[in-house]
Amino acid sequence: MLSILKSLWTVLVTMFRKRVTIQYPEERPYLPPRWRGRIILSRDPDGKERCVACHLCSAACPVDCIALQAAEDETGRRYPAFFRINFSRCIFCGYCEEACPTYAIQLTPDFEMGEYLRKNLVYEKENLLISGQGKYHGYSFYRVAGLAVGGKDKGEAQNEEKPVDVKSLLP
Amino acid sequence: MFSVLSVKDMVTIYIDSKPYEVKPDQNLLQACLTLGFDLPYFCWHPAMHSVGACRQCAVKLFKDEKDTRGRIVMSCMTPVAEGMRLSVDDAEARSFRASVIEWLMLNHPHDCPVCDEGGECHLQDMTVMTGHVYRRKRFPKRTHRNQYLGPFVNHEMNRCIQCYRCVRFYRGIAGGRDLNVFSCHDNVYFGRHEDGALESEFSGNLVEVCPTGVFTDKTLKRHYTRKWDLQTAPSVCVHCGVGCNTIAGERYGSLRRILNRHHRDVNSYFLCDRGRFGYEFVNSEKRIRSATCLPFSASGGKPHGEESRKIGKQAAVDQITKILASAKGVIGIGSPRASLETNFLLRKLVGPENFFAGLSDTEHRLVARIVAILREGPARTPSLQDIRAADAVLVLGEDAPNTAPLLALAIRQSVRNKQFEIAAKMRLPAWDDNAVRNSGAGARSPLFVATPYATRIDDIALRAFRADPVGIARLGFAIAREIEPSAPELPLAADGTGQDIPALAREIAAFLKAAKHPVIVSGTGCLNEQVLAAAANISRALCLAGPSAQLSFVLPECNTLGSGLLGGRTLDEAFTRMQDGLADTVIIAENDLYRRAGRREVDAFFRKARHVIVLDHLRNPTVERAEIVLPAATFAESSGTLVSSEARAQRFFQVFLAEGDVQAGWEWFDDLQRSMGKQPPGSETRLDDVTALLGREFPLLAPASSAAPPASFRVAGQKIPRQSHRFSGRTAMTAGADVHEPKPADDADTALAYSMEGHEGAPPPALTPRYWSPGWNSVQALGKSPQETGEETNSGESGVRLIEPTGSAPGYIGPETIGSEDWEATVAPPRYRIFGSEELSMQAPAIAEMARRAEDIPRQATGGNASHE
Repeated sequence: MLSILKSLWTVLVTMFRKRVTIQYPEERPYLPPRWRGRIILSRDPDGKERCVACHLCSAACPVDCIALQAAEDETGRRYPAFFRINFSRCIFCGYCEEACPTYAIQLTPDFEMGEYLRKNLVYEKENLLISGQGKYHGYSFYRVAGLAVGGKDKGEAQNEEKPVDVKSLLP
Repeated sequence: MFSVLSVKDMVTIYIDSKPYEVKPDQNLLQACLTLGFDLPYFCWHPAMHSVGACRQCAVKLFKDEKDTRGRIVMSCMTPVAEGMRLSVDDAEARSFRASVIEWLMLNHPHDCPVCDEGGECHLQDMTVMTGHVYRRKRFPKRTHRNQYLGPFVNHEMNRCIQCYRCVRFYRGIAGGRDLNVFSCHDNVYFGRHEDGALESEFSGNLVEVCPTGVFTDKTLKRHYTRKWDLQTAPSVCVHCGVGCNTIAGERYGSLRRILNRHHRDVNSYFLCDRGRFGYEFVNSEKRIRSATCLPFSASGGKPHGEESRKIGKQAAVDQITKILASAKGVIGIGSPRASLETNFLLRKLVGPENFFAGLSDTEHRLVARIVAILREGPARTPSLQDIRAADAVLVLGEDAPNTAPLLALAIRQSVRNKQFEIAAKMRLPAWDDNAVRNSGAGARSPLFVATPYATRIDDIALRAFRADPVGIARLGFAIAREIEPSAPELPLAADGTGQDIPALAREIAAFLKAAKHPVIVSGTGCLNEQVLAAAANISRALCLAGPSAQLSFVLPECNTLGSGLLGGRTLDEAFTRMQDGLADTVIIAENDLYRRAGRREVDAFFRKARHVIVLDHLRNPTVERAEIVLPAATFAESSGTLVSSEARAQRFFQVFLAEGDVQAGWEWFDDLQRSMGKQPPGSETRLDDVTALLGREFPLLAPASSAAPPASFRVAGQKIPRQSHRFSGRTAMTAGADVHEPKPADDADTALAYSMEGHEGAPPPALTPRYWSPGWNSVQALGKSPQETGEETNSGESGVRLIEPTGSAPGYIGPETIGSEDWEATVAPPRYRIFGSEELSMQAPAIAEMARRAEDIPRQATGGNASHE
């Protein structure tokens, strides 16, 4: 008897508390930018693919759900020939983003990925690549790297001297 | 741990106050690495020894137990001594090593994500090992322009840390001339004097020798995969008869690269470019992936120009069974480039009397002679390690740099033994590379090269002799007679070259007799049996006269000696049998007959044949003539055994599962036997069953079954994984086709598994799929493997020698016992090319490009000379 009254009292008190339930999907929750949701591939400030196909994300992935193949264009710039994430395996741990040396792979605050068919959860590069820079602005790996790629010769990267003249003996 | 060596052979050193027993004839770095200490180094290499250039391997040495201050020394330049006290873990030594790395990294570019060395980079490993994390230098980095170095090696000079390993290997070991160090102070540049393909046939080793990403594999770059993503298996090179041990790596169903697998007695640390870059034939457009059949025509002939159709595995087997059942007579032609198992099961399928070895007639005769010489003795075949240890070498009629490149490299290393001898007399340690070279002052052990054409080892030869094969045989017979007067004589007709054969023979004989370990190298290259007889007679004469001479025969293909040991009839007999109407059906296993006999003969043979069944990897002229084509697995898609020129049976292991109907030749023949009712249906034949059966029928080949551990081999109940523990993409690589992951394939034929799971430690050498050790991701992890540290001296090397001479040779081979055709050699002896003479490697684009260049260069060169004169 006493326990029933106690329960009724608890219900009564709770009725006047602030609601935490959100009427999803009519009402949208706030998700911070660093929330770990759907994975995207971003572009650098020049609008070129940031991913250099270094395979670090796939190595970091604890469920091995990232597969890619490196390729090189005629200027020596490396990019993924294909880039596939199997979201039906992904655990959204964010290790890929941590491992990425170029800010290419980023997790976004989007989680609405439900599908009726598992195979629709397999995202290829065209599904992953966005047209913007994502969360991290202004970084371009090839401006820092020593490699010569299209539009950037040896010695033109940040903090680099002009190439050495091997035939000179001057100090 | 070192139970094999008696305690007296060892000295005790104290590392961080703990006593350790080590071998005395080494330097401290080697001793520390052997004991398992993680001591960083760059310029030291087990094959190139110490020069003390990089200052990375610093340790602290103490005078005695009371000394607390100590002094920093370079461990690679300090010999091990009894009672020595040192500290690897000393704070000062550690900070010294950390600052050396920091200097080396000052100008190292921010490249790792796009560097092909990343993930297997010695510089990365050493940087992590010393704990250098952040760059403190704020000033700009030095940059360099790259060079074009040909289709094999990519150059990215910014990454260089000036360890000098590349030039020391290229010039000091491989004898190349076109790679050097240029410029001065901190601008030094490693490259060629101008852009152009590297000329040495060992240039690919720069990829493994370079501790960072300056020299990387250009063929890998086109289908780049990180080391941890490759599915790898131990393999054996199929591009010549030397039988170098390799590690082959696959990703997404295509073969990606070949790395060296260390074998003390064979290739040790290096491979030739044909072996390293020839692998791409496996991915060739010309690969046969499905069983095809020409539409059946009423005449039973093979209609030309008609589209063949895919029929599938089972239908092909059924159809061949039908053909074989109704055939008047069947001819089975094996191949010197197919495994022992494939040849053997074809022989079983068609019966021994219908089995033909598939060698050209000349080669057949020569190989039979070689087998007889090697079996009867008295000279033993040397391993490459024995050749490296030789103190006098005679090359008789074999262009080894083109037909057996690694053997030529062993010869090149052997001539340095004189320097080691001089250094030993001056009590210099053998590992002190600069001291040995300086004290030797260019002295060389005697090498004599007698070949029809100039060779690339002439530069280190004491005498080079040019003559036709008969002239070379004359010289050989004369040498044998000089050593031992009872050797048969050969009339010394004037050979027209104006060379004084008797005087040369006397000189060579004197050097060979004076040597402790002379080696005679000959082979089938001259296509002349007299040359073989001459080589055999010299070795016999030497064995009778005293020194234990060894005799090496170079054979052209990966299993030529295996074919010779299996026997089988000659191709000529097959042609005759077909022309006489005694047979109407032919099965050809992995053999292009147009490379073995004249076009007209082969054409006539195929015209006469009612049914032609060909099993091969690649489309070739013989495949074009086939009615039924069966796709055969290459070395990377099947397991089997090959017999090298040294008579060492070695196992190669399947790297990945082939697509389509592709399966190993021996599996096809087993299916056919089963379908014909020669094998009970339902039972399964495994690789080990085939080698066991082979051993029962050929007692000489019985040891081949122990060339590698059997399929039942386990370490702590586990198989050896083909994939690294970092292997990635398992749940995504096939998701594009089907989101449901397939069950990992079972491998019932070998002790390796298509999995990341299994034994983590070091497997036996014959089953080593990769070199890795915690903290050591690069190929230098080899130094941590039991083979190198000497922990497993009894675990056995990979492969097993099949022939030890019985010494039953009745006597010298008289010139009169050899057919007259070798006396009237009117045809010029063939000229071999490392890139171009071998069938399979020519289907690799990079090798084909080098072969094309080689054809262009002489033309340009002659043009250039003409304009000079």
